[in-house]
Amino acid sequence: MTRTLQPNRLAGGGLIDRERILPFTFDGRSYQGQAGDTLASALLANGVTLVGRSFKYHRPRGILSAGPEEPNALVELRTGARREPNTRATVAELYDGLTATSQNRWPSLAFDMMSVNGLAGPLFSAGFYYKTFMWPASFWEKVYEPLIRRAAGLGRAAREADPDKYDRSHLFCDVLVVGGGTAGLAAALAASRSGARVVLCEQDFLLGGQSLSCNDEIDGKPARSWVQDATRELEAARRVRILTRTTAFGLFDHGVCGAVERVSDHLEAPAPHAVRQRYWKIVARRIVLAAGAIERPIVFPGNDRPGIMMSSAVRSYIERFAVLPGRRAVVFTANDSGYATAQALKRAGAEVAAVVDSRPKSVQRGAAESVDAPIVHGGAVTATRGRLQLRKIEIVDGDGRKREIDADLLAMGGGWDPAVHLTCHLGGKPQWSDEIGAFVPGRLPAEIAVAGAAGGRFTIAGALGDGQRAGNEAARNCGYAANADTVSTVEAASGPANGAPFWHLGHVAKKCFVDFQNDVTAADISLAACEGYRSVEHLKRYTTLGMATDQGKSSGVNGLALLAEATNRTIAETGTTTYRPPFTPVAIGAIAGYERGKEFRPSRYTPTHDWAAERGAVFVEVGQWYRAQWYPRRGEKDWLESVNREATAVRTAVGICDVSTLGKIEVTGPDSGRLLDLVYANAMSGLKVGRVRYGVMLREDGHVFDDGTVARVAPDRFFLTTTTAHAEAVLRHMEFCHQVLAPSFDVSFIDVTDRWAQLAIAGPKSRELLGKLLGSGFDMSSESVPYLSVSKLTIGDVPARLYRISFSGELGYELGIPADFADALVRRLEELGEPLGLTPYGTEAMTVLRVEKGFAASGELNGQTTARDLGLAELMSTKKDYVGRALIGRPAFIDPDRPILVSFAPVDHAAPLSAGSHFLNIGAPASLENDQGYMTSIVYSPTFGHYIGLGFLKRGRERIGSRVRAYDPVRNRDVEVEVGHACRFDPSGGRARA
Amino acid sequence: MRLTCPYCGSRGNDEFVYLGSADPVRPSHHDAPAEQWTAYVYERTNPAGAHRELWHHSFGCRSWLIVTRDTRTHEVLKTEPARDAAHTSSEVAVP
Ligand SMILES: [Zn+2]
Repeated sequence: MTRTLQPNRLAGGGLIDRERILPFTFDGRSYQGQAGDTLASALLANGVTLVGRSFKYHRPRGILSAGPEEPNALVELRTGARREPNTRATVAELYDGLTATSQNRWPSLAFDMMSVNGLAGPLFSAGFYYKTFMWPASFWEKVYEPLIRRAAGLGRAAREADPDKYDRSHLFCDVLVVGGGTAGLAAALAASRSGARVVLCEQDFLLGGQSLSCNDEIDGKPARSWVQDATRELEAARRVRILTRTTAFGLFDHGVCGAVERVSDHLEAPAPHAVRQRYWKIVARRIVLAAGAIERPIVFPGNDRPGIMMSSAVRSYIERFAVLPGRRAVVFTANDSGYATAQALKRAGAEVAAVVDSRPKSVQRGAAESVDAPIVHGGAVTATRGRLQLRKIEIVDGDGRKREIDADLLAMGGGWDPAVHLTCHLGGKPQWSDEIGAFVPGRLPAEIAVAGAAGGRFTIAGALGDGQRAGNEAARNCGYAANADTVSTVEAASGPANGAPFWHLGHVAKKCFVDFQNDVTAADISLAACEGYRSVEHLKRYTTLGMATDQGKSSGVNGLALLAEATNRTIAETGTTTYRPPFTPVAIGAIAGYERGKEFRPSRYTPTHDWAAERGAVFVEVGQWYRAQWYPRRGEKDWLESVNREATAVRTAVGICDVSTLGKIEVTGPDSGRLLDLVYANAMSGLKVGRVRYGVMLREDGHVFDDGTVARVAPDRFFLTTTTAHAEAVLRHMEFCHQVLAPSFDVSFIDVTDRWAQLAIAGPKSRELLGKLLGSGFDMSSESVPYLSVSKLTIGDVPARLYRISFSGELGYELGIPADFADALVRRLEELGEPLGLTPYGTEAMTVLRVEKGFAASGELNGQTTARDLGLAELMSTKKDYVGRALIGRPAFIDPDRPILVSFAPVDHAAPLSAGSHFLNIGAPASLENDQGYMTSIVYSPTFGHYIGLGFLKRGRERIGSRVRAYDPVRNRDVEVEVGHACRFDPSGGRARA
Repeated sequence: MRLTCPYCGSRGNDEFVYLGSADPVRPSHHDAPAEQWTAYVYERTNPAGAHRELWHHSFGCRSWLIVTRDTRTHEVLKTEPARDAAHTSSEVAVP
């Protein structure tokens, strides 16, 4: 055996690998542990008992438990970008090079300046947040909050971005078993033997649960061997998946369980390409909850000193980790399981100075005789001493005699609380059981069952029988024949059972801690009850009981018992607070998974993206899309110069812009026109084949929903475009109109957004450019290709569509081609267009052109405007029903004072405008009553040589030619503007029809 | 949460988009009394119990479904295609 310097490590036993020594540091000091240790067991092996300071009073605290319920031993694990606060040392697996730092102390653990809070105790009593720092309010931000934050803190998160990767994955199974203790193993074995697909989740890195820490036998062999055999069988079963290091943190509707697998947390850093954690969404037809039980502390004065530990934790450290946490121990117990702890201590060579049993002698059974130690019947611990480590204990016996005992370890156990947490996630309310003196799960959905200690059956025999029954039942409900084999036979009566509940000493002395992590004492609960906080939910918020990172896993029931007593009610009448997911803290990284940074949502690229990138385009994110915003050229001093050049090129020569991001829907079938008549405010069924029409869709409440163009390519076939932003919503809306409102219509439609590329080719020379592309065989004349027409054609062998539509006000076309050919097409057009001055233009220039024309886009289609507001009143049909028609006539919608779309130009041509400005009459104070409307879009217009804007102005049409102010307090602007017709450029539309 | 699409089977809720109550029936004509239209567009009940609601299988077959769900327990009592249910109610009048 390799010799190590671990003073409290036992020479034999335990489930650790003695050959593998793992060096680690805690608060800068170097130690050694063994493979199989947790950080807590390794610290105890090295004699480190002081591990943290409490939240409010900064009292010295040690390791209380050996599981996920730990309230005290919270550390910062790792350093730098991987530093993680509030890691429970009791579940942190030791690895080579682990670095941990205690938190919530200054300057050091042993000497903490802030522990003077202990002297200022009353300041932090129940409700201190509400009482102490009430006045004046301005003191909160500057004085109280920084003070509280420095005094009471819970570690520091890393300042850098998390360098690790996280995964998210789904699992489907017949039977999900939560918890790999004896009950869970029995359930998994039974279900597996029936043939069911089984997933078994265990938060620990070993299966076995409490049986790893006991000395009991199953089937005539040590419990641990039975666990090994069961594990081997499950590992060999093809339809069983075992997930260790995996916490099932929440149950959701219809058999869905959320779980986090700590794939690499037991390593210094994840292996290359490996993830740190994986978020599992497990979908199960049946769920067996075998989450075990949590031992309850006892509330007595000074019960929080380092060296005071849960009785079951002491057994775990001895039996599983081969660590003796103290040399001279006292056991303070309310049930028989304390005697098993005393036996374990004796076997490990400790001196057991006394077993203090809260029960009178008459209640006890055989357990007492099995321990060779002084037993104090009907006794209690009344005080503890030792500044940083327990040294003395004061006890009182059944006759009221007090005495002091030297001890460095106190093992306490007030009873067992079934881990009912997950049973509450679907609305179940725990029920108080007088029989076991604890809460047991309430009503559960049919697909969920509870087995073993989680259901209040604490013996190994109970757990095995229960697990087998639950596993068989779950498999049978999934349609598998139950298996007759019993998973084990075991003598009854082994294992701990709850006695009558024992909470506290009956008088409320100082420093009897209930919630160790939030420093809530029995006195705080009495005070809260005196002040009228009778509801547990109020008590929780007023005292912060159960509100720390451990969510009161060990403290909750004690708190309820104290409240019940203080308000003269039973615990059943008092009830519990609501347990919600997650059971233990879940890293945000695990929930985000791979959806981080640029992977937060899909990135969509237009079919000509590479071509645009080669030309140096600056891209802008529009929803999921990346669109070319402008194309800077060498020598241009800023973006505005580039945009001016692009817009001017469209007005004077020809430009090209990829508009493939528009939503595109192909509608077919004899009732296509009827459906479009229902969806659009204007009539579409009368559209002639080969023609295109601008269309407006309303919502049923009368507001404009979307706009676009509709092309009739055949008698029973339409092609329509939507705005980029509403592509998905419009498709869903059309499906609603068809399936819900008009299911008898013989029509079908499909989203072809990604199948068709669409290139806008606009400008006076666009006809000439397309003529060169399509050759003399295709007649480009206005007679053959009129304004608002669609032509089917082929380019080479590739089918294409030519739409003569214009979003710029110039002679313009949109050329549709299957997306895969767009790159080749744009390069060919570039070649042909060079002598014509063909200029690629981006979304900025497109906006300039459409604002000059007064065309509405997202700023104007903002969900609060009507077709009338947009100047499109005459477009709405009066001859048919359509979505939104019924409510467009509402008084507010036809109020003559309602702001309508007009354009604006600054009187001082050098002045800039800003979108979001509100309009005020000249000389009117800036107030809500004086508000005349608001600006929605602004551009610098190279055509006019100054800024212009679009916006909604009260009685705007009647005020054309008059002046108002565009008031923008955010940018400190107040600009006099002249009102104009929405369409400032080429109002007759002659250029587009040329 | 899981929903059983009549076409696709049991699927996770992240495949679906929720709209709202399926009970209001669109008045058969735009000239119907304003109260009827107001009720259809704006008025919703908030029952504790069975609630018929519209869900869209957006990341599946793109069917609109009527899901009857108990709002107290989230138990799904029935899932049917909206087009089947719509046939039984009055259909929109389109000239
Ligand atoms: Zn479906």
